[in-house]
Amino acid sequence: MKKHLDKAIIIREALKELPSPARRLFMKRAVTLGGLSLLSGCTVTDEASAERMLVKISRLNDDFQAWLFDPNKLAPTYPESMITKPFPFNAYYERDKVPLVDGDDYVLEVSGLVADKHSWSLDELYRLPQTDQITRHICVEGWSAIGKWGGVTFSTFLKRIGADLTAKYVGFKCADDYYTSIDMPTALHAQTLLTFTYDGKTLPPEYGYPMKLRMPTKLGFKNPKHIVALFVTNTYPGGYWEDKGYNWFSGV
Amino acid sequence: MNQNHKTIHPLWLRLNHWINLVALVIMVLSGWRIYNASPIFAFSFPKQITLGGWLGGALLWHFAAMWLVFFNGVMYLSLNIVSGRFKTRFFPLRMRDLVSDFLSALKGTLSHDTLAEYNAVQKLAYLFVIADVILLVLSGLVVWKSVQFPLLRELMGDYDNARIVHFCAMAALVAFTAVHVAMVALVPKTLILMIRGR
Repeated sequence: MKKHLDKAIIIREALKELPSPARRLFMKRAVTLGGLSLLSGCTVTDEASAERMLVKISRLNDDFQAWLFDPNKLAPTYPESMITKPFPFNAYYERDKVPLVDGDDYVLEVSGLVADKHSWSLDELYRLPQTDQITRHICVEGWSAIGKWGGVTFSTFLKRIGADLTAKYVGFKCADDYYTSIDMPTALHAQTLLTFTYDGKTLPPEYGYPMKLRMPTKLGFKNPKHIVALFVTNTYPGGYWEDKGYNWFSGV
Repeated sequence: MNQNHKTIHPLWLRLNHWINLVALVIMVLSGWRIYNASPIFAFSFPKQITLGGWLGGALLWHFAAMWLVFFNGVMYLSLNIVSGRFKTRFFPLRMRDLVSDFLSALKGTLSHDTLAEYNAVQKLAYLFVIADVILLVLSGLVVWKSVQFPLLRELMGDYDNARIVHFCAMAALVAFTAVHVAMVALVPKTLILMIRGR
């Protein structure tokens, strides 16, 4: 009985020390069933240290994946006949909440460790050399779908703006408050495209108009849609889902 | 030979066994929660018996415990092979023994007098589960890293198929565990053996 009480107090105290309420909620759910009992034999005796341990391992998994990532290894490409129709809509909100960006007013802001910080209009971006590819989109939930995206190779764009290619991260801000960031080796991968079309037509709003960064070497949530700003940095920028607990690197 | 004084399961094996149990329980329960995010078949696992609370939490558990499964499995296989235990405990495995041991197991007349040796059905069951966990790891690598392991990806029949293989291998592991636990319940001294070694 005494022991039980002590444990409850320890957990309550530990939860107080967690900084953000969102994070606290996330881990409260993550360490529910069995978490405590499974680990009671180890030094991990409360939810806060279980959280720290899991997050630490997730950071180590980032390093492991960066090591495993082969910049020259290409994701498989597929014939037109294998394109998934209709390609699924996926976001953290319903279809009717998709941001509607006005292409005429639109500019892409560029900042951070780049030589040329001028903002890009869509016409300017469309004039860059365009290519397309049919690849598999793999969602963190487990489902996958094959689609065809067209646009400019991202490394071409990064070189055009004089980005510091030795920097660690490229971060993205989106019209719908979404944000994410990727490692430079993936940004420079031959199949990483800044895309403006889906299946040969202008990217529709639900797939990310006016542009989506398409990376067949990353899980779906790492592919930002409705990008309005990007920046090159050495400071870890995090991401919408990453800050809630999804693994940051999330390579495939 | 007096069995009670001879260690049948060395300490490293017993550690491997119990670490493996903890690691695989975490893997299976968090795996069920990950499955629920996008079920392959027309059912989901009851949330109460899954680990992680939500997809992100389940993924953290899954990708943490995988290291335990991996390193523990590598230790188990290497020590087994180096010590010669693999060869002496699991072989020879003859079809004739398998059939007769299986029939006497069904009739309840299979003797467990010598725990120092596995009967043919045990040999097959343990070899099966070793192969099954290897298949779980390989199919899991394709689900996790289909671009980085092209050869494995082709062997599994691309990403979506690797998920099905991963699921079926999990189901086989759970089925093995059910039978394994039932057998231990029938012959409780095998549980003592896996704890004390003799």
